[in-house]
Amino acid sequence: MQDKIVVKNLYKIFGPDADKAAELAGAGKEKDEVFRETQGVVAVNDISFSVQEQQIFVVMGLSGSGKSTLIRCLNRLIEPTSGQIIIDGADVTAAGPSELREIRRSKMAMVFQHFALLPHRTVLENAAFALKLRGLSKKDRNDKAMRALEAVGLGAWADSLPSQLSGGMQQRVGIARSLAAEPQILLMDEPFSALDPLIRREMQDELIGLQRDFKTTIVFITHDLHEALKLGDQIAVMRDGGFVQVGPPQAIVTDPADDYVRAFVQDVDRARVVTMGSIAEQVEPIVLGRDDLASARRKIAQAPYSALPVLDARGKLKGLLSEGALAEGGRPHLERLVPDEMQTTPEDVSLHDAFSLFAKGEPVAVLDEKGRLAGIVDPQAVFSHLSGGDAPEEEQAEAERPAAPTAPSHDAA
Amino acid sequence: MSGFLDLFRPSTYGKLPLDDGVEWFVKDWLVPNFRPAFRAIQAPVDALLDSIDGFLQAVPFPIFWLVAAILAWRIAGRGVGILTAVSLLLIDMVGIWEETMTTLAMVITAVAFCAVAGVPLGILAARSDRFAGGLRPVLDIMQTIPTFVYLVPIVMLFGVGMVPGVIATIVFALPPVIRLTNLGIRQVQGEMVEAGYAFGATRRQVLIEIEIPLAMRTIMAGLNQTLMLALSMVVIAALIGAGGLGLTVYTGLGRLDVGRAFLGGFGIVLLAIILDRVTQAMGAPTPAQANGWTFRGVARSLLGGRGQKAEAAAGQ
Ligand SMILES: Nc1ncnc2c1ncn2[C@@H]1O[C@H](COP(=O)(O)OP(=O)(O)OP(=O)(O)O)[C@@H](O)[C@H]1O
Ligand SMILES: [Mg+2]
Repeated sequence: MQDKIVVKNLYKIFGPDADKAAELAGAGKEKDEVFRETQGVVAVNDISFSVQEQQIFVVMGLSGSGKSTLIRCLNRLIEPTSGQIIIDGADVTAAGPSELREIRRSKMAMVFQHFALLPHRTVLENAAFALKLRGLSKKDRNDKAMRALEAVGLGAWADSLPSQLSGGMQQRVGIARSLAAEPQILLMDEPFSALDPLIRREMQDELIGLQRDFKTTIVFITHDLHEALKLGDQIAVMRDGGFVQVGPPQAIVTDPADDYVRAFVQDVDRARVVTMGSIAEQVEPIVLGRDDLASARRKIAQAPYSALPVLDARGKLKGLLSEGALAEGGRPHLERLVPDEMQTTPEDVSLHDAFSLFAKGEPVAVLDEKGRLAGIVDPQAVFSHLSGGDAPEEEQAEAERPAAPTAPSHDAA
Repeated sequence: MSGFLDLFRPSTYGKLPLDDGVEWFVKDWLVPNFRPAFRAIQAPVDALLDSIDGFLQAVPFPIFWLVAAILAWRIAGRGVGILTAVSLLLIDMVGIWEETMTTLAMVITAVAFCAVAGVPLGILAARSDRFAGGLRPVLDIMQTIPTFVYLVPIVMLFGVGMVPGVIATIVFALPPVIRLTNLGIRQVQGEMVEAGYAFGATRRQVLIEIEIPLAMRTIMAGLNQTLMLALSMVVIAALIGAGGLGLTVYTGLGRLDVGRAFLGGFGIVLLAIILDRVTQAMGAPTPAQANGWTFRGVARSLLGGRGQKAEAAAGQ
């Protein structure tokens, strides 16, 4: 995938002596220290990141951490003190006024926390705002704006005034306004923070759909971790103007970089974030036609579990074969043993959604997009992942192992 | 004892000739050097005043009465419509119709010039803190200096008559529209202006599409105050030769004719009430704003597009 937005060493300093403050910040001084010495506020402190095409990049942080400043630097509503912003390979920081207007009109649109709709204009006129600035004829811009309104489900409200709409609907108009110009990038500064929780969740789902349909790259600001986890392909945690950690949602939750991030994620329901694919363990399956009884027994003995998945010769999952089943009935042919049914799940399903698959207490097979076996997840592993949150990976692995030897002895009894 | 303390009194040692200085400044420098410039200001005021006055005097009473009452009704609701109709009847019945029309022409002229000069100045002040800082003391002086003080230089520069009267009125009534335009534009939410720029608007587009429409209520409130100040100047303007209701009051005063003076005052008060109610309704977010501040929107609200809304709002 291609990098849509690349930001390099971005600084924004508010205040009288920006040069001095930048120097101090560059030398690694804390935001408070810099303020004491220069009265300058380091709102964005040496931030570098890149956003891939058609991804949602979420920036999360407490109030005052510089999120709004950062996102406004991207379209230069706030002029960065130094650093580079490169979009599709072109340096936005070097653009002249008219070039910058052109970028804002067609390439990058913005959605605001308090909607920022014009109260004296109809919903349709609001949605057509960017197109009007671009100088499109009334008919053209109304056609396009109408399509955007229909995409957010507000076609019937075109002639209403914003004040006649609920908050959620107003923000939909805000989104339609930004989509009408078919921008490649959406900048969203806490777009759902002013909405109540139910509507907020609805809007999040809708945004994911719209992003797919319109193929936009999104930079999304929020201070709500759950929103970040739900929407983000990548999440950046921001503090005092700098990024503390950048990574996929799961890494933020399972592997917080420091106490600040840990404090953020401690209340998260890990079961909703951790995916089956991420905890699946690779095992060597029993393959029909290639293995005989002896090699099957050997494989099971070496496996951490007392059972292994069985594949047919073409790699298709046939089921689960336990050591007990293998021991039964003298020495039948491997092919004639009927494996137990095995539960399967795609890789990106969360533990929360996969719970019911563990009802029988047996391992579950995780399949990749092509339906091939990617690994298996033991019920034990699920529990240790959910409980031993802060324990390092190695320890967890150790904790699992003793469980394996006990299984055969149980069978033998 | 007092002789001793007088040693510490500046006037013991002489007098600072401030009055002479001002006299020299106005009479020997301002007037001769800038008379052409001031004449140039005078011309458009004269032209506008003449045509408005001529028009108002030419319109037959019944037609003016009907149009004014309907306008007031459409803009500000039924109550104000009836008030206007009754007031205009009274004004004609007591015999001060012509004077009222002259005063109305003066006030409209003054307010028109205040709007043309004041709104742009207010916008400039909103855009530049330095300009606003420089402008504020000037506005403070304009509002606090007693009117009589600047009547003298105005007479020197413009002579006496209707036009100098209107110019004095403009000077006196200008500050509120500047102040409130400035305030209104500064009060427009940052996010709104940001939205404009974020979608690629130029400064001009932000001003026209966002700032002015959102500041409209406050600007209209400023114009309303300007209008009221202009009305309060009509008697003083009569001192330097302006006509109308002010002259009625002034002559009544000169002849100790209580009845006449009262008539003038009566006309001014009725005119003030009508204009106040109507312009306030124009500033409220009712009919015109509901239909948008476009020509069509205003026309629609005048012709009845969303009249019920206007009445509902007026009834509140
Ligand atoms: N125009 C400005 N002048 C001076 N300081 C500013 C300005 N704008 C923001 N700041 C400072 O920059 C820092 C970052 O502000 P910013 O608004 O970007 O934070 P935020 O993360 O968006 O917070 P919130 O969640 O409250 O919106 C704050 O310390 C703020 O006080
Ligand atoms: Mg913010």
